[in-house]
Amino acid sequence: MTEGPRPERVRVTGPPRRHLPRTRTGDIDDQTRLGSVYLGSLMREQLRLALRTVGVLMLTVGSLPLAFHVAPRLSDVHLVGVPLAWVLLGGLVYPLLVLLGWRYVRRAERNERDFADLMSEVDR
Amino acid sequence: MSTETATGLVAVVVVTIATLVIGTWGLRFSRTTSDFFVASRSVRPALNASAIGGEYLSAASFLGVAGLVLTFGADMLWYPIGWTAGYLLLLALVAAPLRRSGAYTLPDFAEARLGSRGVRATCSMMVVAIGWLYLLPQFHGAGITLRAAIGAPIWLGPVIVGAVVLANVSSGGMRSITFVQAFQYWLKLTALLLPAAVLLIVWAGDGAPGSRMPADPGWSVPLASGGSEGLYLTYSLIVATFLGTMGLPHVVVRFYTNPDGRAARRTTLFVLVLLGVFYLLPPVYGALGRVYAEELAAAGRSDVLVLELPRLMVPGLGGELLAGLVVAGAFAAFLSTSSGLVIAVSGVLSQDVTGKLLRARNVTGVAVFRTSAAVAVAVPLAVALALPNVGVARAVGLAFAVAASTFCPLLLLGIWWRGLTDVGAVSGLVAGGLGSGAGVVWTLADGSASGWPGILLVQPAAWSVPLAFAVMVGVSRLTASRVPPHTRRFMVRLHTPEALELDRG
Repeated sequence: MTEGPRPERVRVTGPPRRHLPRTRTGDIDDQTRLGSVYLGSLMREQLRLALRTVGVLMLTVGSLPLAFHVAPRLSDVHLVGVPLAWVLLGGLVYPLLVLLGWRYVRRAERNERDFADLMSEVDR
Repeated sequence: MSTETATGLVAVVVVTIATLVIGTWGLRFSRTTSDFFVASRSVRPALNASAIGGEYLSAASFLGVAGLVLTFGADMLWYPIGWTAGYLLLLALVAAPLRRSGAYTLPDFAEARLGSRGVRATCSMMVVAIGWLYLLPQFHGAGITLRAAIGAPIWLGPVIVGAVVLANVSSGGMRSITFVQAFQYWLKLTALLLPAAVLLIVWAGDGAPGSRMPADPGWSVPLASGGSEGLYLTYSLIVATFLGTMGLPHVVVRFYTNPDGRAARRTTLFVLVLLGVFYLLPPVYGALGRVYAEELAAAGRSDVLVLELPRLMVPGLGGELLAGLVVAGAFAAFLSTSSGLVIAVSGVLSQDVTGKLLRARNVTGVAVFRTSAAVAVAVPLAVALALPNVGVARAVGLAFAVAASTFCPLLLLGIWWRGLTDVGAVSGLVAGGLGSGAGVVWTLADGSASGWPGILLVQPAAWSVPLAFAVMVGVSRLTASRVPPHTRRFMVRLHTPEALELDRG
């Protein structure tokens, strides 16, 4: 065997990949148009949910003064001896508020979970 | 000393001592400036919700509502409904984003969102104004309670409440106040629930007088009297209370003590439950007062109805004990709400006013906070002693109208609309503040509530809130080039769950 100079080592690598796997959170961080779409969809979804909750509140509780204004005879109605206004305003309103709040919290958290799932998917 | 003054005195002393002891106990956990301001942001939802409930249920809730119902009837039920529904709107539109903004006070939020010192200064002035307006009726309520309970001179109650609040706030800050206020919610609930149960049994034992009487026209109508003017007054009250809650400085500060946005939502839901349970009770006193204590309304002393009803209905020692319990609850109401307001106002003062003056002289953060707390107590205390005749619930109602016309538009547009600019925000705050402020001046100057101009001023929210929104949006559109460049990054911070790894600016 001849003792010549050793050949230089050559690093063997593959061709550079064209697409690095990229998370969608990166789109939001880099403020790409796609990231803007993702964020916009979350905000729209949450705002729609909030406005629906407020809408139900206004249609139920908020319409009571108008109802009593338009139909004054409602104040003569009694439920088990208690005037209707007292039953509604002094009692039933509060469970309704809690129910609306509970429903809102559940759906808002679900929206956020959906968003987190969407973000954890990887685009190829 | 008669038994009457003895039970009242014992009640006041016990509540005061309990408040100071719990506050001191909480002090063991307060070490850093962060503990002072936000309890280091680590309060669990159940404890935090009790604290919010304890802080929120003020003299107006404890004494004012029952008195108003006694005097004016079912349309006054809108006050407690609005004060509760305000939390539903807060939950749906503000709670989680506000917590995620990472700011401590409303001025902090405004500055972070809009990147402007001018907006910050405007907000700071509004916080102090609303806080002082809200402290007035607390001190006033303390005066009439001590007078009714132990015959003390009218100035003694405000002075005691001011001193206890100052001692507690400046010794333990937010961390110890959290324990104190959680305790005070449950005390207030017990102090109304137990006597109400006994009084209802007494009422049933008397043969349930009043239940079969033909309804007094007007008293069972959930509308202010006067046709379309009454309809306006009722809806304007609804607007003020539904939208005003989110703008109250002491309510907002509490949200920064939650660990994250999700906890902020759960805390708020819990608060809805606690408030709903509590507000079932004051109307019971109002209705029973209608049967047993109608002369109080005629004499213009309806604010003491809750305090005097047990004694009127239950003779002897039993009535005295129940009265003592109610006095204890009322006193807890002044202490807790005043503490929360003083924390909020002194937080702003120490960051924006005294802090700048004192830090130049090498005074530490906690000492600055204590100085500011003294200022925050002293000013409204002086006004309360000078003007002892402000209706408790009415004055609180005005604070709500101002909050709804200023901070509500700022929060809603700041959180949900990317187009808000600093110039737009300041213009809207000024427009809403001047509009609702005119109402405050009119009412405090004893202006009449007759005729449309008077009616519009007595209950300004229905026009001043839309005005503030319109000005804020309109001016922002005209100055669209001033939309802060970090707006999108800030929206990411407000709306995305904390668990996601994102650049939040």
